Amino acid sequence: MHDKTLTELAAGLSAGDFSSRELTDHFLGRIERLDGEINSFITVTAEQAQASADAADATRRQGDAGPLNGLPLALKDLFCTQGVRTSCGSRMLDNFVSPYDATLVERLAAAGTVSLGKTNMDEFAMGSSNESSYYGPVKNPWDLAAVPGGSSGGSAAAVAAGLTPAALGTDTGGSIRQPAAFCGITGLKPTYGRVSRYGMVAYASSLDQGGPMARSAEDCALLLGAIAGHDPRDSTSVTRGVPDYQAELNAPLAGLRIGLPREYFGEGLDPDVEAAVREAIRVYESLGASVQDISLPHTNLAIPAYYVIAPAEASSNLSRFDGVRFGHRCENPSDLIDLYKRSRAEGFGSEVKRRILMGTHTLSEGFFDAYYKKAQQVRRLIRQDFLDAFDEVDVLMGPAAPTPAFDLGANKDPLSMYLQDIYTIAINLAGIPGISVPAGFVGQRPTGLQILGPHFAESQLLNVAHQFQQATDWHLKRPSFGEENS
Amino acid sequence: MALELDDVRRAAHLARLGLSDEEAASYVDDLSRILEMADSLQAVDTEHVAPLSHSLDTTQQLRVDEVTEQDQRERFQRCAPAVEDGLYLVPRVVE
Repeated sequence: MHDKTLTELAAGLSAGDFSSRELTDHFLGRIERLDGEINSFITVTAEQAQASADAADATRRQGDAGPLNGLPLALKDLFCTQGVRTSCGSRMLDNFVSPYDATLVERLAAAGTVSLGKTNMDEFAMGSSNESSYYGPVKNPWDLAAVPGGSSGGSAAAVAAGLTPAALGTDTGGSIRQPAAFCGITGLKPTYGRVSRYGMVAYASSLDQGGPMARSAEDCALLLGAIAGHDPRDSTSVTRGVPDYQAELNAPLAGLRIGLPREYFGEGLDPDVEAAVREAIRVYESLGASVQDISLPHTNLAIPAYYVIAPAEASSNLSRFDGVRFGHRCENPSDLIDLYKRSRAEGFGSEVKRRILMGTHTLSEGFFDAYYKKAQQVRRLIRQDFLDAFDEVDVLMGPAAPTPAFDLGANKDPLSMYLQDIYTIAINLAGIPGISVPAGFVGQRPTGLQILGPHFAESQLLNVAHQFQQATDWHLKRPSFGEENS
Repeated sequence: MALELDDVRRAAHLARLGLSDEEAASYVDDLSRILEMADSLQAVDTEHVAPLSHSLDTTQQLRVDEVTEQDQRERFQRCAPAVEDGLYLVPRVVE
């Protein structure tokens, strides 16, 4: 059952081939047996999952089952879940049991899905390898010596290992797309504002967006339909209606105009990753698409702009963790300042501290205009590059990451880690949607094709990704991990 | 722009983040290099470019000013480190 897509499992539930309880117990059993090796879950909520599965089965018996009813999935551990620890991969929130549900969690539960638990992640979503988690690194099920990517590394690894058929992640600078590429799964970052951020622990509020991670574009379409839409509790969520994301999946691609940003095929790109991406583009040409070169001239400014804007927003967002209302508090504080300083010193890990310091510095008196304002101006130029490109082509394609998954411990220097997000980070600054789909292997490690579209073009991205997956079978490949134990 | 140890200490104090001397020193080099990277933005002419704070370039949505939340103090205080009589406890501020 763990090799099936969410769509296939939905059909199986609907046909009565198995119950949600049987499905849920199957995945819980795999997590129990196999997750010790890859560490993709921080908290497994077995009892709640079984109760939700029983409720979903009862709903189905009454004839009220919707398309997602009874399907198991996992949640990145920064979506607040009532009554369950929401740790954000941090010691700061190790003791935090959320008093409420995130909107995304509420919507998935209302659709009858079953949460298996909370997945591991880089601390406060700050990282590209899942090595900054307080709960230890996650290993890539394709190669246990490799990272799964980050920050949604636990979500990606759990799907790839067949511990859950799908998972929810978040993407601030590539945190859905890069781990999806490293783990050989499909991951979609929606347009900024498409999915409510209410109850999603904030990292950089103008960039954060939640989205689905699954085995296929079709599965992502199913999940996006359930989580997208306006939420009065998040004033940045858009009021625009939610289309049926499955309706366009099978539209033919003849006449599709693909742009290849030449800045995404330059220095630093692994030649084998490039070969896989070029081969994927040839598949699109055989499906009737045309291909042309495009320039996104401000690409090299995306990482500098991001590493001003994101830490600035983070330093502000993370000021709420003060040891007073929730989260970690130090022992025997001598006064209030000591309470703040020691609680935060003990609660946050080194990468989180680095970004808080960076953001505090650039927002402080005398530096604001030179850094934050300048970065926001450059952000407009970066967005304009994409708007101009989409006047000429329908979608852009390129690699999701410059290399396949790197070795655990290989990127000790923070700056070299930041450069891993070279192809994903501008997309968040521009607010456009992007999807990563499996496009081959370098050795035994997967590689991903990234497809970008204009604001709110999720239906088209899912269509373009789905047609590729009808013509290729990269997304059907499974790691040998766990085989002898299944 | 290179940072000095005092800049790191100042930022840490503003952020109410305790740092040992050793830790503060260890961030000087990293943060200097990140700021140097950020300095590449200065080469771009942005004289006539408005800052972009929201990628859809929209303004804050407004809603009717009415009470929609219930009082859930007890529930929200259950995850607090120390409370008494509905109040959050912190070390004495005024002697």
